[in-house]
Amino acid sequence: MANDPTHQFQVFKIVPIEIGGMDFSFTNASLFMVATVAAASGFLYFSTANRGLIPTRMQSVAEMSYEFIASMLREGAGSQGMKFFPMVFSLFMFVLTANLLGMFPYFFTVTSQIIVTFALALFVILTVLIYGFYKHGLHFLSVFAPAGVPKVLLPLVSSIEIISFLSRPISLSVRLFANMLAGHITLKVFAGFVASMSAMGALGVGGAILPLLMTVAMTGLEFLVAFLQAYVFAVLTCMYLNDAVHGGH
Amino acid sequence: MFVTPAFAQGAPANGDPNAATGAAPAGEVHTETGVAHDAHGGGVFPPFDHTTYSSQLLWLVITFGFFYWIMQKVVVPRVGGILEHRHDRIAQDLDEASRLKAEADAAVETYEKELAAARAKAGTIAETAREAARTKAAADRAAIEAELAEKLAAAEASIATIKAQAFAEVGAIAEEAAGAIVEQLIGPKASAEDVRAAVASAKVEA
Repeated sequence: MANDPTHQFQVFKIVPIEIGGMDFSFTNASLFMVATVAAASGFLYFSTANRGLIPTRMQSVAEMSYEFIASMLREGAGSQGMKFFPMVFSLFMFVLTANLLGMFPYFFTVTSQIIVTFALALFVILTVLIYGFYKHGLHFLSVFAPAGVPKVLLPLVSSIEIISFLSRPISLSVRLFANMLAGHITLKVFAGFVASMSAMGALGVGGAILPLLMTVAMTGLEFLVAFLQAYVFAVLTCMYLNDAVHGGH
Repeated sequence: MFVTPAFAQGAPANGDPNAATGAAPAGEVHTETGVAHDAHGGGVFPPFDHTTYSSQLLWLVITFGFFYWIMQKVVVPRVGGILEHRHDRIAQDLDEASRLKAEADAAVETYEKELAAARAKAGTIAETAREAARTKAAADRAAIEAELAEKLAAAEASIATIKAQAFAEVGAIAEEAAGAIVEQLIGPKASAEDVRAAVASAKVEA
C-alpha cells in the first residue's frame, strides 16, 4: 500500500473536531497549510526585520518577490490595479510556498487538493465580480460584449465570452491542482520503479539506474513546475483583475 | 511518499509499481475495494474525497486569511517602505551629487576668472613698470646731456677767455720783444707808440 502513488494525497485527521455535524478536524492538510503560512510569513517577516538600506541576501529575496509581483500586477492591471497587490502577493507566496514544501519527501502538498485550488480560484473570481460590479455597476457586463463586434455576431460572441468567464475558476484551479498532482504521481511511480527493480537482484539494480536518473530529472522539473504554476496563477489573477479594474474595453 | 527499503525487498519482483502493492491487485487501487486507507473515504481518489472538503476549506480560510492579514498589515507596507526609502535616498544622493558638482563647477569658474584678472593685472603692472623705466631713462639722459652741454659751453667760454688773454699778452710780449730788438739793432730806444703800431700792423698781416 505504501507504493500506492495516490497515498501521498491522503488526508487524515490529527485532531478530530466536529462542529454541528460538520467535520472540521485538524488534518495533515491543515498542518501543512499552517506550515506554509508559517514558512512564508516567517521568511518575509524576519528577512525584512532590519529594514536595511543595503539589503541582506534574504532581504533582497523578499524585495525581489515583492517587485516581481508589483511589476506583474502593474503590467497586467495598470496602476489602478495596485490596490489588489496584497491579494496577488499573498496568493503567489502561498501557492509558491505550498508547492515548494510539497517537494519535500513525506510532506503533504496543499495545492494538490482540488478543493484548495478551487477555493483560491473562486476567491479571485469573486473578487473580480464583486469589485467589477461595485466599480462599474451594470457596465461591468460590457466585459462580455467586446467593442467593434457586429450586432449579428454579438449573441454568439457574448455567449462565448460568458462561457470563457465561467470556465476561468475551473481552469485556474484545475491547472494548478493537476500539475501538482500529476508531477507528484509521476515522481512516485518512477521512484517506485527504482525500488521494485533493485529488488530483482544485480540485473535489476543495473536497470534501476534509468528510472533513478528519471526521478532526479523529474525532481528538477517539479521544482520548475512548482514556481511556474505559482507564477501562472498570479499572472492570470492579474489579468482577471484587469477586467474588474477597467471594465470591458 | 517514497517506498521503504524493507518494503521494496518484500515486493514482487516484476517492476510493476501497481502490482507491487502486494495484497491489493493492480487496478483496484483506484476503486472502492482492496486498499485499506487509514482515513475516511474508503477507496475514493483522495483529492476527490468530499468528506475532507469542509475541514480543508475551514483551515484554508483560517490559514490563508491569517496570511493575507499579515501580508496586508505588516509585510507589504514594510517592504514597500524599504523600497521607497531606498528610492528616496538614491534620489536625494543624486541631488546632493549634482549640487556638489554645480558648486565645484562654480568654484572652477571663479578660479579661472580670478586667474584671468590676476594675469591682466600682472600685465598692467609690467607695462607700467616698463613705461616708468623708459621715462626715467629718457629724463636721465636729457639731464646728463644738458649738463654735458653746459660743461662744454663753460669749457668753450674758458678757452675763449684764455685765448683772448693769450692774444692780449702776445701783443704786450711782442711789443716788449720788438722794442728790445729795435734797441739792440738800431741803438736808440724806439718809442712805445711806434712799436705798438708796428706790432699791430704785423699782427694784422699775420
